[in-house]
Amino acid sequence: MSLDVNNDIRLQRFLTAIKYIFIYISSLLQKAFLKNTSWYNSRGVTVNKTFKMAAPVAEGATCDHLPSDMAAAKSIASAAPLALRVLAECPVSKARACILTLPHGVVNTPVFMPVGTQGTLKGVTVDQLEDLGCQICLGNTYHLGMRPGPELIEKTNGLHGFMNWKRNLLTDSGGFQMVSLVELSEVTEEGVKFRSPYDGREILLTPEQSITIQNSLGSDIMMQLDDVVSSTVTGPRVEEAMRRSIRWLDRCAAANRNPHRQNLFAIIQGGLNAELRKACLDEMMKRDVAGFAIGGLSGGEEKDDFWKMVTLSTDHLPRGKPRYLMGVGYAVDLVVCVALGCDMFDCVFPTRTARFGSALVPWGSLQIKQKQYAKDFQPIDPDCQCATCKRHSRAYLHALFKSDTAAMHHITIHNISYQLTLMRSVRESIIEQRFPEFVASFMKRMFPSRQQYPGWAVDALASVNITLD
Amino acid sequence: MKVELCKVVRGCRLGVWTGFGQQHSLELPGCLLYTRCATVPHLTQDTLHTLSCLPTVTQVTLDSLAEHHEVLEEFQEGVRKFAGLHDTAVFCSLHDPATTCPTGHVTNKTVSVWGSGGRIEMTVAKFMAMQALIQPDCYQSMADGDTWQTNTSRKRVRKAVDRTLAHLDECLLLHHKTALKNTAVFGVVEGGDILEERVRSARETAKRPVDGFVLDGFQSPAMEQELRGQLITAVTAELPLEKPRLLQGVGRPDQVIACVEAGVDLFEGFFPFQVTERGSALCFQYSVTPDPEDAGSPPPTVLEINGERPAVEHPKENEDGNPETITQFEMNLKDIRYREDFRPLVEGCDCYCCGNHSRAYVHHLLVTNELLAGVLLMLHNTAHYLGFFRALREAIKREQLQELKTAVTTVDLRGRK
Repeated sequence: MSLDVNNDIRLQRFLTAIKYIFIYISSLLQKAFLKNTSWYNSRGVTVNKTFKMAAPVAEGATCDHLPSDMAAAKSIASAAPLALRVLAECPVSKARACILTLPHGVVNTPVFMPVGTQGTLKGVTVDQLEDLGCQICLGNTYHLGMRPGPELIEKTNGLHGFMNWKRNLLTDSGGFQMVSLVELSEVTEEGVKFRSPYDGREILLTPEQSITIQNSLGSDIMMQLDDVVSSTVTGPRVEEAMRRSIRWLDRCAAANRNPHRQNLFAIIQGGLNAELRKACLDEMMKRDVAGFAIGGLSGGEEKDDFWKMVTLSTDHLPRGKPRYLMGVGYAVDLVVCVALGCDMFDCVFPTRTARFGSALVPWGSLQIKQKQYAKDFQPIDPDCQCATCKRHSRAYLHALFKSDTAAMHHITIHNISYQLTLMRSVRESIIEQRFPEFVASFMKRMFPSRQQYPGWAVDALASVNITLD
Repeated sequence: MKVELCKVVRGCRLGVWTGFGQQHSLELPGCLLYTRCATVPHLTQDTLHTLSCLPTVTQVTLDSLAEHHEVLEEFQEGVRKFAGLHDTAVFCSLHDPATTCPTGHVTNKTVSVWGSGGRIEMTVAKFMAMQALIQPDCYQSMADGDTWQTNTSRKRVRKAVDRTLAHLDECLLLHHKTALKNTAVFGVVEGGDILEERVRSARETAKRPVDGFVLDGFQSPAMEQELRGQLITAVTAELPLEKPRLLQGVGRPDQVIACVEAGVDLFEGFFPFQVTERGSALCFQYSVTPDPEDAGSPPPTVLEINGERPAVEHPKENEDGNPETITQFEMNLKDIRYREDFRPLVEGCDCYCCGNHSRAYVHHLLVTNELLAGVLLMLHNTAHYLGFFRALREAIKREQLQELKTAVTTVDLRGRK
């Protein structure tokens, strides 16, 4: 966003005045409504009085141009259900720490979002997730659209009500699963055609349908349906997919029934081709979306190509809107991509690897099922404050893996804690203006020696003026 | 340690078992907290402690711990600490009540347990060495219980009784020589389904200086409850009043009540786990105080309540003992009827699952094979089962046992307590 208020004091004062008037009115109305909301909230109904009344938009309105007086009033009154406030920026790199305000509460960025594909984070209760400090997690449109289906979820007041998660939810469009999980899917201009693995029916997922399902799910952030091609594909298919994704973005935006409480994110495509990426950026940024995702990466391409596409994207994406890098979750990748200017990340890796007994630690990972841990009486990480590490040893978890599923739950809790703690530390270091030092010590802890730092990571960090010695 | 009885009603003993562990006590009749490898299945300490009034005694078994003897030997501080257990007393039994051991592996000098890596054979010496590593507050002596199959010969049953007594004597010798001398030891009463052997085993075991009694070999699902009751009554008649009696392998609520009437104090708490594993939620009634909403209306009948058909078309005794068989005490949440049922599992239940989730959600988790299903069901089933035991104690106190029996065996699909 570029509400370039620093250059217009009168406009700034006007907007501030409007803001305070709305805050005052909203507080009066909140008091009147407050006692009725607890029943609604317990049933997962979002009561967004704050957004209808006094969104703190002066600091993060989603307009991309300098608004006229009327447009300013309109943008505040239209209550975009997302506001981004940049708290701190790293003076050296492109890292930033922000507060992202969504209908179901505040999210501190940079943020790692755990993935709860089928309306549950495998083996973890929503209370445990809340206690870990998770403010936003993912649900999957394809899986939930199949089972239990959008009509049923609508009856429970959306996915929030169905799984009883009171904080924020992001749903992806279903496009990726369709292409990666389902054989013989066919992409046309209309949508993605595939055969349902559950009953063999032929199904067509269009942009409109993806949004309809996501509207029923009621997520705080919805992803557009994009035409996904693997990052290893080259040739004209890449451009075709990119152009189609732009057209599908428009169709998704038009299909959104709930623009006041559900945000739509665009997904930048273009493969590993800088020109195509730039073209996509230029086009998608003309649309008034709540945020941008960088898609089509983290799919097996060379890391050297990967980071260049990430940094190209963040170079051009607007400062005032969140940048979501999809499918990235390894610790090193997270830290580097924060340096490159990304705010939001998701990945199944930490939770999936937990179920195989792999526990994430600042110096790599421990394969708890291996014999070497059978008599190791330390916790997974002596410095970790999670419930697992406070109570259990590697030896006990090793033994438990032979008997009961609870072993997986213990490691899942630990891994989520590891990811969230990592992001919290990254964030603090940005706010305290010592992010480059944080990166240096993070790398030192993670790798036994300087020679083992991944080359792409060193290059990527160097490109944003963080040199590792 | 002893049992302080406060009331005996029609054979049912109401009291408190005290003086074990670190000043622990357990109300009787009661059940032990079932674990696998010292963890309540599916649960971490966080989720476990959403349950109130957990039993103060946790049961661990040699089936799941024997294979870890090396670690325990290195650890030196016993299983409670090794597993990071909460403040609880630990009872160590031989076998896991939720699984059936293969038969035919008992010899004169050894019994076998089954871990994840296969069969582990134990002499009394090895058995006692394991106890020293586990450091329970209470354990059962080594026993030959391989007589639960139908048509076990009289000779085999007699041998089982003899062996068990011999093992007990050997255990006691070693018990007093080692650090275990401050641990409580329970003798095991065997005897298959032969009355004379049962009485003999009980009398002989009672002569030894044990702290309590385990009643073994009653697990067979083929054994009619009536026979079981008769045998147990005969056994408990031989046992001293002030020592607790633990019955192994029986967990169904109706059988629990019948066995309490026969003089049993303690049960293994594995039934909620078995129900969980088949994707079911316990929903049987155990409230005997009249529900004001029912005043003036006839009591619910088995069929056609609110137009619903019973979850089990023909509720029957779980005769085949197959753990997959749905009993009349539960609702199978995999059933499609629960797909759009947004009520809690059981109305009025205060467990974490019922307070936060619906039948439809649990159904969805089961259909999609999600791990959380096990967590939620285990919480609910444990809470419901513990509630049943509380109600049982109340019913004995108020002499309302018949009303409780009626409530428990009535299939009420409204799912209210």
